[in-house]
Amino acid sequence: MKELICIVCPRGCHLTVDDNLNVSGNNCPRGEAYAKAELTHPTRTLTSTVKITSKLEVRCPVKTDKPLPKEKIYEAMDLINHVKISAPVKIGDIILENILGTDVNIVATKNINE
Amino acid sequence: MEQFDLVIIGGGSAGMSAAIESYNLGIKDILILEKNNYLGGILNQCIHNGFGLQEFKEELTGPEFMSRFSKKVNELGIKYELNTNVLGISKDKVVSYSNKDGYKEVKAKAIILTTGCYERNAGAISLGGDRPSGVYTAGQAQLYLNNYGKLVGKKVFILGSGDIGLIMARRMSLEGAKVLGVAELMPYSAGLNRNIVQCLQDFNIPLYLSHTVKEVIGPKGHLEKIVLAQVDERFNFIPGTEQEFECDTLLLSVGLVPNVDLLSKLGIHFAKSRGPVVNQYMETELEGLFASGNVLHVHDLVDYVVSEAREAAQGVYLFLNNKLPNTNEKSLVKPLKGVGYVVPNYIQKIDNDDKLIFKFRVAKPYKNINLVIKEGDKVIKKIFKLAIIPSEMEIVKIDKKLFELNGEDITVEVEEK
Repeated sequence: MKELICIVCPRGCHLTVDDNLNVSGNNCPRGEAYAKAELTHPTRTLTSTVKITSKLEVRCPVKTDKPLPKEKIYEAMDLINHVKISAPVKIGDIILENILGTDVNIVATKNINE
Repeated sequence: MEQFDLVIIGGGSAGMSAAIESYNLGIKDILILEKNNYLGGILNQCIHNGFGLQEFKEELTGPEFMSRFSKKVNELGIKYELNTNVLGISKDKVVSYSNKDGYKEVKAKAIILTTGCYERNAGAISLGGDRPSGVYTAGQAQLYLNNYGKLVGKKVFILGSGDIGLIMARRMSLEGAKVLGVAELMPYSAGLNRNIVQCLQDFNIPLYLSHTVKEVIGPKGHLEKIVLAQVDERFNFIPGTEQEFECDTLLLSVGLVPNVDLLSKLGIHFAKSRGPVVNQYMETELEGLFASGNVLHVHDLVDYVVSEAREAAQGVYLFLNNKLPNTNEKSLVKPLKGVGYVVPNYIQKIDNDDKLIFKFRVAKPYKNINLVIKEGDKVIKKIFKLAIIPSEMEIVKIDKKLFELNGEDITVEVEEK
């Protein structure tokens, strides 16, 4: 038996998972998927910023377009901190592709036009 | 003097949402006044994800969430002025402001105040000890890091377990800072549960409940260390529990307060939420002046801010069409046992089918209780809650027909079993 707090959304459901990975306490199917993943291969969405050459901004916010294996978060941060991009950039533009062989891309989360 | 049907003060998520909804209701003569050089307000620095699950059924970052609204504002051609400092609102709804074009006054038929909230700082909590550099509010450090790329320190202690503090614990850890701990005065966290997990537990950051910073030490002008101590149930320090932490940064995440400065000269009353007293359409005691979002009461989710701003826009629509009478026929809404505050503060008797929406917070965590909404002695609604905490706002929608609205008080209370 293991107790978890669901981090999928801000609701924060209290989940209970038994030894056979049966999940209870979730208010939606995503809670069940989260609990199973958390106990087998935990992942996290990573958000950060990259340097940008722009008239308006010095940083462009970015995120992983899919959850990243938790143990790779610091390696991903290292990649992100070595990137410099130039405006214009649009939400969803791929900044780094298929990082660390995970099939996860780093994408922009802000429109910076000039 | 230039005139507008609606002037919206503040172009953050509440202001933009109110503007779009008003426009869709046929109020097209709108002016938004925004102090920054961009729309979107505080969401611009909230680069983490978790926004928009209710509004868009997907999880967005702050900049992504707000860009959907700013895009719409631009598409609709709603007029806005940036870099604009609003100086005052008069009782006859003249809004005065200054920007690069100088000082200006405009006359508004209706106003929605969406100025958000500000962070409590070291002075506000009577933080003990020196006043060195290195002490920041969490939001200030967030702005420096996320928008300017400046990490304010390398060894960090965080006072207060509000969500921004927790988010910054993770963010600064990711950028290479060592976060030594988070202290919370109360015996429970002020932040969302999921942030305790993904911001503290993921990074092995200890949470010290019933603890606070007793002394800030930085005699040479920069922070050198803090003294942490445990408190008893009356928040007095327990002698002998002091611990020192050497650090160069102390972040304060000790609460948000509605930014109501512009209302101070209007003679209107304020509620327990510290926002203005309002009716069910978020109209203040000054006819035609509405408030919504964090200036009214501090919300935990921006999705709730957006929907509340739409309710205020509905109110503006009724007001401008003379369907929101300023009568004395009102029923007061009062928080009773176990409830911190309730929005709205009174219900006006208006003949329409709109539902009544009550938003409130409990004053402390409870388990296995009923939330009871009454009119006079009559129970209108009873809701069972397995667990309820102050950091999670309750929203209850009730059919207006269930109420008499004959002037008897409407009350919200916790009923323990």
